Amino acid sequence: MGIVSPGFQGRPRTQEPALPPGQYLTEDFPVLSAGPTPRVSLDTWEFVISAENGSEHRWSWQELMALPQETPQVDIHCVTRWSKLGTTWQGVSLDTLLADVDTGAHFALAHSYGGYTTNLPLDDLRGGQAWVVHTFDGAPLPAEHGGPARLLVPHLYFWKSAKWVRGLRLKTMDEPGFWETAGYHDYGDPWREQRYQGD
Amino acid sequence: MTEMSYLDGNMLDGPMRELFTVDLSTAMGRCENCGTTGSMASLHVYSHAPGLVARCPSCEEVMVRLVRGPDRAWLDLRGTTYLQVPMPMEQTVTGPL
Amino acid sequence: MATSTQRRTPNRWQVGRLVERRVETPSAQTLVLEVPDWPGHLPGQHVDLRLTAPDGYQAARSYSIAGPVVDGPGGPRIEVTVQRVHDGEVSPYLIDVFADGDPVEVRGPLGGWFIWRPEETAPVQLVAGGSGIVPLMAMIRARRATGSKAPFRLIYSVRTPGDVIYADELRRRVRDDFGLDIAYVYTREAPEGWRGEPHRIGLADVNTHGWPPDLEPLTYVCGPTAFVETVADLLVGLGHPSRRVKTERFGPTG
Repeated sequence: MGIVSPGFQGRPRTQEPALPPGQYLTEDFPVLSAGPTPRVSLDTWEFVISAENGSEHRWSWQELMALPQETPQVDIHCVTRWSKLGTTWQGVSLDTLLADVDTGAHFALAHSYGGYTTNLPLDDLRGGQAWVVHTFDGAPLPAEHGGPARLLVPHLYFWKSAKWVRGLRLKTMDEPGFWETAGYHDYGDPWREQRYQGD
Repeated sequence: MTEMSYLDGNMLDGPMRELFTVDLSTAMGRCENCGTTGSMASLHVYSHAPGLVARCPSCEEVMVRLVRGPDRAWLDLRGTTYLQVPMPMEQTVTGPL
Repeated sequence: MATSTQRRTPNRWQVGRLVERRVETPSAQTLVLEVPDWPGHLPGQHVDLRLTAPDGYQAARSYSIAGPVVDGPGGPRIEVTVQRVHDGEVSPYLIDVFADGDPVEVRGPLGGWFIWRPEETAPVQLVAGGSGIVPLMAMIRARRATGSKAPFRLIYSVRTPGDVIYADELRRRVRDDFGLDIAYVYTREAPEGWRGEPHRIGLADVNTHGWPPDLEPLTYVCGPTAFVETVADLLVGLGHPSRRVKTERFGPTG
C-alpha cells in the first residue's frame, strides 16, 4: 500500500452494496469491443449446441422466442473494474436449452458471430446460472451490447457473457477462448478476483 | 572436434532486446490470414476491451493481442506472419544477426 | 538515464502532490500535480489517479492530461481537469477535499492510441462532448507549444454556455493561434443572441464545421459513450475512413 489520501473515506461502505474486490459501481453501460460490431439478421440467426458426440441442437429466432422465457435481474461485473447492479434481462435459461442435450462433457466453448469465443465449465451454465438473452432493460438488446442475443453468466466476469452468441460446443477438454488465450483467467470468478492467468 | 551447427538460446537475448524497444508504429506486418502487408500503424485497433486487439485493415482478422496485467503483459502475434522493423544501417554485416 | 517514454514502464504508481488548482466551471477544476519522476507524455494520453483511505480502501479513476508538461521548482508538473460527477466517489474528493500539498498516487502516461503527434501535418478535427474536451485541449495546447501549422477544427458540444471548460482560453486561442477554428453545439441552452435552437450534435454540425474527407484529416472524438458512437457513425457516413477516426469513450466516471 502506498500513501494515505488525507480526508478520503470513499463511499459509505457499510451501506454500500457488496462489490467484488477491485470493482466500482457505474450507472453507465460501457461498450467494450474487440472488433467491429457484427450485424446479424433475425432471418438467418441461429443458436446451436453441438455435443462432444457429434449431435447438434439448433434453434432459429422464432424457436428461441417460443421457448419459456425468464426475466433475470442480476449484477454484472466487468474485468475492467466496473460493476452494474440490478440489470434486467429477458431470455431463455441454458437449463431449458440443455434439457434435451445428451452429453458427458464437462466444458463448453461459447462462440459468437464475429469470431469471439470464451470457455466455461458446463456446470456453470446449469442450475439457473446462465441464459441466452435478447432483451435488456425492457428493450431489444442493441447490437453494440451484443444483440440480437448474448450469453448472460453473471456470476463470472462479464467477458464470459459472450456477445452475439451463436452457439456452444460441449467438450471433454477445456479449450481456452479469445481472452483466455491472451492472459485472462480460465474461470473468472469476480469474488476471488480471478482476472488474469495465475490469479 | 564437432562443428556446432546452432547457437545456444542465450545468444538470442541481445538481438531480441534490441527488437523490443523499437517503435512498432514504423514497422510493417503481414496478416497471417489474408497476406496483406502494411504498416502496423494502419491496423484497426480496438482498445476499449479487456485488452488491446489489432485487426488487419483488409480482412479484419486479429493480428495482435496485448493484455496488460498489473505486473505482466501478454503479447500474442499469431495473426502476424512477420513484423518488418526498420533498423539503423550497419557498416559491416557479419552474419544473419 | 532513460528519457524515452518507451523505455519507461507506465504501470508503476508514483506519488505526486497537488501544487495548484484552477476553477474552470462550477463543476470542473484543473489540478496541477507535481510528479517528480514524470517521464513525459504525448497529447491525448491520460493518467490513473488512486486514493487510499486510512483503512486501506482504494479507489482509482482515469483522467486525461490537459496539456504539455511544465517545469516547476520541485520538478515536472502535469495538469488534469476533473469534472465533478454527481454521486461520484473520486471526483468530489478531488474537487472539494484534496488540498495543496496533499499526495495522490499517479500512474502513467497511459493510452498509446488516442494520441496526436505534433510532427503530423495532416489537418485535424476534434469533436468533444462535455468533459471530452480535456485530451483534445492537450492537443490544441501542444500544437501551439510546438509551433505546428496543422490546421485544427474543434466542434465542442456542451449543455449550456456555462459548461464550456477553458472558455476564455479557447476564445484567446481562436484569436491568437493561427489555424484554429472552433464551433459550439449547445444541447440544452444557447447563449443570448445565438442563431438556431439548442440541439444534439448531428450531421449538419459535423459536415459544416469539420474537414471534408478528401483533405484526409485525422479525427479525434472524445466524450460519453453514446456521443462518441453517434459522432463516429456520422463521420464514417460522411466518408471519413474509420482508421483515421480515433475515439475515446468516457465510460464509467466518478
